[in-house]
Formats: sequence, C-alpha cells, structure tokens
Amino acid sequence: MTAPARSYQVSHLDALEAESIFVMREVVAEMERPVLLFSGGKDSIVMLRLAQKAFAPANIPFPVMHVDTGHNFPEVLEYRDQRVTELGLHLIVASVPEALANGTVRESADGMRNRIQTPVLLEAVEKHRFDALFGGARRDEEKARAKERVFSFRDEFGQWDPKNQRPELWSLYNGRHHPGESIRVFPLSNWTELDVWHYIARERIPLPSIYYAHEREVIERDGMLYAVNEFFRPRAGEERFKARVRYRTVGDASCTAAVRSDADTVEKVIEEVAATRITERGATRGDDRVSEAAMEDRKREGYF
Amino acid sequence: MTAETIAAGAAEARPAGGPEARPMDLLRFATAGSVDDGKSTLIGRLLYDTKSLFTDQLAAVEAVSAARGDEYTNLALLTDGLRAEREQGITIDVAYRYFATPRRKFIIADTPGHIQYTRNMVTGASTADLALILVDARKGLVEQSRRHAFLCSLLRVPHLVLCVNKMDLVDYSQEVFERIADEFTAFAAKLDAPDLTVVPISALKGDNIVTRSENMPWYEGPSLLHHLERVHIASDRNLVDVRFPVQYVIRPQSTTVTDYRGYAGQVASGVLKPGDEVMVLPSGFTSRISSVETADGPVGEAFPPMSVTVRLADEIDISRGDMICRPNNAPAVSQDIEAMVCWMDETRPLRVGGKYAVKHTTRSARAIVRALHYRLDINTLHRDEAAGELKLNEIGRVRLRTTVPLLADEYRRNRTTGGFVIIDETTNRTVGAGMIVEAG
Ligand SMILES: Nc1nc2c(ncn2[C@@H]2O[C@H](COP(=O)(O)OP(=O)(O)OP(=O)(O)O)[C@@H](O)[C@H]2O)c(=O)[nH]1
Ligand SMILES: [Mg+2]
Repeated sequence: MTAPARSYQVSHLDALEAESIFVMREVVAEMERPVLLFSGGKDSIVMLRLAQKAFAPANIPFPVMHVDTGHNFPEVLEYRDQRVTELGLHLIVASVPEALANGTVRESADGMRNRIQTPVLLEAVEKHRFDALFGGARRDEEKARAKERVFSFRDEFGQWDPKNQRPELWSLYNGRHHPGESIRVFPLSNWTELDVWHYIARERIPLPSIYYAHEREVIERDGMLYAVNEFFRPRAGEERFKARVRYRTVGDASCTAAVRSDADTVEKVIEEVAATRITERGATRGDDRVSEAAMEDRKREGYF
Repeated sequence: MTAETIAAGAAEARPAGGPEARPMDLLRFATAGSVDDGKSTLIGRLLYDTKSLFTDQLAAVEAVSAARGDEYTNLALLTDGLRAEREQGITIDVAYRYFATPRRKFIIADTPGHIQYTRNMVTGASTADLALILVDARKGLVEQSRRHAFLCSLLRVPHLVLCVNKMDLVDYSQEVFERIADEFTAFAAKLDAPDLTVVPISALKGDNIVTRSENMPWYEGPSLLHHLERVHIASDRNLVDVRFPVQYVIRPQSTTVTDYRGYAGQVASGVLKPGDEVMVLPSGFTSRISSVETADGPVGEAFPPMSVTVRLADEIDISRGDMICRPNNAPAVSQDIEAMVCWMDETRPLRVGGKYAVKHTTRSARAIVRALHYRLDINTLHRDEAAGELKLNEIGRVRLRTTVPLLADEYRRNRTTGGFVIIDETTNRTVGAGMIVEAG
C-alpha cells in the first residue's frame, strides 16, 4: 500500500479515546437499556466525559446509576449530584442501606459492604431491566480484571464465568443475550491509571477534592492509612494522627485507604503516579486483601 | 547500539511524568506458541526488566511461588491471574498487560498455548500489530507452533517474531537456534508471513529480552525489546481505501440544536476530508462531506483509528450498518461471501446448510453456509476437500449466503472491512471467525 506523504499518526491517548467512544456507541446502537455506573470516582468520571463526547451534540442517551453503600465521602456525593444536574442526567441510586432496612441483605461480620453491594446492584439491574452496564474497570487494576473482555457476558444471576468467555475478535463485540442476561461493558479496558490522569489533565476534568493532597485525621492499619470518620472507627491501640494524604481510588469509605501525598495539582499527581511503585488497589483497598483471588471471587458473583 | 546503552535506556523505562511530553504511539502485541514454551514467563520478564512491575504485584507473586515451593519466582504468575490457571500452571484466557518505554506504549495480550483454548489465542491475536511466536529450543517446532503461526498469518498480524526460548537449556547453542530458525522460516514462507524476525532468548534468565545476552555472542541481532520499540508499524494501516462504517446516527432531540444529523463511526481505513465526494452503500447515493466533527470541534481530516462524526451536504437516508466510501473506490456489495473460517465452538460443528447470525463492521445479518470447499491440515497445509464439517479449532474455506448484502473487502487488504464473526442464534455465543477471501 502506498502511504501518503504525511504520517497520519495519533497519540496513544487519542487512540484510547477513539476506542472507548467506539465501544460506547456500539452499546447504544445495539443494546436496549444501557446504564452507566457512576460512583463519582475518577474512572467513572472519565467514562462520563467519553459518553459526552461520543454523542455530542446530543445528550448522553442513557441514565447513570450509583450503587450507594451508605459509606460515602461527602465530597464525592456532592460532586456526583453536581455533575448529574449540570449534564441533565437521570440518576438512579441503588441503596445498600435501604436493602439492609428491608432485610434483602444483611451486614457482613466485618462491616465491609463490598460484598453485599453486589446483590443490591443485581436487584436494581433486574428492576430496571438494564441489559448493558458500563463500568469503569480497567484491566491494569487487578489480575482478574486483566482477563476480562470489553463486552463481558453475565448470566441471569449476574455471574461471570472466567473459564468460558466469548471470543472477542477485532472490534466486533457480541452483545447478544437472552432476557434476564446482561452485558457488562468496559470502555476503559485498555487504559492505565497514568492514562486516566493524563486524560484528566488534557481535558481539564474537575474531580472530587479528595483526589488531591489535603490534611486528614487518619490511623494506620496493615500499612494503610484510613481516614477516621463515622464509618471507620479506630480499634483500641490505633493512634490517630494528622497526615497530608490523597485518595488514589474512591470506594466504600470504610475500606478505602488514603496515601501520603503532597500532590495538590493534576500535574503533581501525574508525577506521583508515574513514580509510584505500588498499584492503586494494592495501596488503597482493604477489600482486595482478603485473599489472592478476592477479586475473581467477587466478580464471579456479579461484582464489577 | 551496544548492550550498555540499551541497559541505560531500560533503567529509565517507566514513562516520565508531566502531561504527554510528546505523542507516543501504541504497539499491540500478542504471544503465541505451544503450551509451556514460556509465553507468560516472557511477558513477566519483559515487565520485570523494564521496571514496569509494582512492588506489591511482585511481592504477591513471590509469596505464591514460595508457598508452592517453586525454586525460583515464577514470573508467569504475573499474567496467569485466575485461580484455575494457577492450579493447573497453564494460561486459559488472554491476559492484557500494559507497559511503556520512552519510545512507545505497549498493550500485551498474553494468550494460552493449550489447544483447547485456541479461540482465546485468536481473540488476542486479532488486534495485534505483532505476534511473538515462542518455541522451546529443546522441542523445536511442534504442531501447536505451526497452528499458531498459521493463525497469525491468517489473521494477518503484520509482524511476526520467532522467539527460540529456553536457550539456557541447550547451552545457548547456535546450532540448535539455527536449525529451528531455518525450519520455521521455511514454514513461514508457505504462509506468506509479511515480516519475520528471529531472536534466541531465555525468558527465565533474561537473555536477549531487554539487553543483548553475553551468553550468545554469536547472535548479532537486536534484543527483543529493542525490536519492539522500533518495528515500523505506521504503514501497516490502509490509508488508501476510504471506508467509514456508520455506527450510529446522531440526531439531537433538543431545542437548542435543531436539524442536526451526523453519522458517527470509527474510520476503518482511508482519509476523509470536508469537500470529498462520497458514496453511501448499499444505496449507492453520492454526496459531499460537509464537515468532519468531534466533540471538540470540526477537524480537517479523519483517518484510522479516529472516532468522528461525518456530516453530508445532502439529505440522504443513511442508517447504522451503511458504509461511506468513495465513488471510484468502493467495497463489494454482496450476499455471497467466500471466506476462511476458524471454528470456535466445542458443542456443534459448522456444517453445510447451517444458519447463523453474522456481524461484519457495524452490520448484522443472517447467513447460511452454502459450501465447505475444504478443511486445512495445519501441519501440512494440505486441503481436505472431502471434509464434511469444521470442528472446534478447525479452519476451512466456506461460502456463505447472507440475508442482506455485506459491504466487504478482502481481509488481506482490510482487517476491519474483511473480518466478521459468526454467532450461534440459539446460544448467542461467538462460534466462528471469518476472513473474507472474495465477495461477489
Ligand atoms: N529453563 C527455562 N525455563 C523456562 C524458560 N521460559 C519458561 N520456562 C519455564 O517453562 C514453564 C512454562 O512457562 P510458561 O511461561 O507458563 O509457559 P506458557 O507458554 O505461558 O504456557 P501456556 O500459557 O499454558 O501455553 C515454566 O516452568 C517456566 O518457568 C526459559 O527460558 N528457560
Ligand atoms: Mg502462559
């Protein structure tokens, strides 16, 4: 093939953006009732920006859903509501506290709500008959996620079967399913944490303030810094102290830890992320520490 | 370049901070080869030696290795992340990993060698710019090495690298290396493999992975990483044939934006510019591009892999599955498709008369298998014309008749408009991969 004189190159960030937009458009074209999981975390925020871009100048053609564990960072809830209003989105809240009150789920012994959020999510999916759920998970986050397809099939129980995934060739995504089954879609599959931050910088995307360095009262447990708040109580002997920290991930406030940081701008965060030697989940998530295959097990049950 | 300067480069391999200093390009590569030939170990080694690993990942793998009583840290555990994979010591499904050097960003698909999971290898290789085909130096080429090499050529992965691995177990013998390299080169010649490079390595010990090995002074080529960083991929794309499969029609229902109609999609090939005369298939209507837009504003031109919205000067009826091309350069519009098919279903074989759903670009259709011309023997490339079916992992040439015309190019000319998948309409599973040989 004779190549024209100029090189027609795009940067890797543009290539990732183009791929994600393609995935989102595929879903809207082929699926009946998509929904975007929006937690107010950086990945779902980037996903929302990509959705805006994919359908502009039209509005985002699907609702967003927050699986609310009840253990929230106030800054994140505020951000969520502000974004929803700005973009005129329809927000659905699937509430763990409500499910606890109704008795559909029971609090786990350790108080962590990661596991019980799965049945609440699945119930909301059933109730609203969603057939496609956009999630912000990235393959670089964790070794089970590294195995997942962009279109990830879930049976009528929301289960993932890692040993029996559909082949996924080229960019031909197979979203076909029977009633009650659904597809989890991961537009950010091929993004890394650093790509996400480069994109946030390039697009000047505002984030909840807890992603940037601030002073906070914390305790140290298992080598991680947990903020002391109404959902997280220090145990006897754990000493409270003030530290300058930021969050690398935003999850349930009772099991997401902060990292020591002076990075109070997006440029400084990029420098920090580029230099870090620990993965974002390794540094911040108590819920992944349960066992070597904690994530795989939760995913099999229908977790994101 | 000497070994020292390569090593210095590797030491600063993690990308520097600061918003994108300069645009970096992206190389997608996949591993291939028989079970246990060292694919996952090689990926682990590449990540380790380019300092792309995080301390907690490494610590986790060291702990698992130690607990199992491995003599050394099993780097394959870095990609073999599923419980079942660790129990069996094999790769079952593709693992995607990411790393960058100052020269390039890499997306790795580490695929399984086990024959039962060939479809997962095909998944990983379908989007690859380059495939690393591993061969165990002690065993030489085995059937599965040939199968994977053949699949890579069928999928038209533009660049192949034969890695003769476990050189440490054959005393780094030049003779062993050359024998395997010669045998493979002869086989690859029959496949018309586009671009082949051969490297002797030890994934376990790190020879010729990031730096050139002192154990093989007779080898004069580059280290594997050196090759990955420099292999020229820009001209692999087809910038000649304008193909824009319409993915979605954007029509805002809004009071502020009225009368807007844009055709959203990802450029499959060619370059689109405002003012260009275009033809829309299958209708054959012609018009002119009035603008090419993104959410950030109009652009002067669009080319692969950009996702854009194309607007036309005339109101014509266009919907998802249509294709924008040029009046004098168009794909075939045909319901009769000749294709090589790789079958991926273990429960039911492909048979003449079988009906399926197919997905080709953004178009879906139903199809019936009209003929199975032959099945290929992967080892000898012999065509078995008496074959009555294609079973799991078998490859053959078929003729399909589709319910609506496909807008199709030969796969060898266009990986996007020449590839399709076959879906079982009862199970909804993807059961076949098709590469168009001829349409019409
Ligand atoms: N001595 C030696 N052993 C190696 C080398 N590369 C891999 N091995 C060993 O070979 C075995 C298989 O390696 P893997 O990396 O799991 O093989 P694989 O090709 O990924 O296997 P599948 O993914 O299951 O097809 C492991 O015990 C490795 O430690 C090498 O260069 N030298
Ligand atoms: Mg492997």
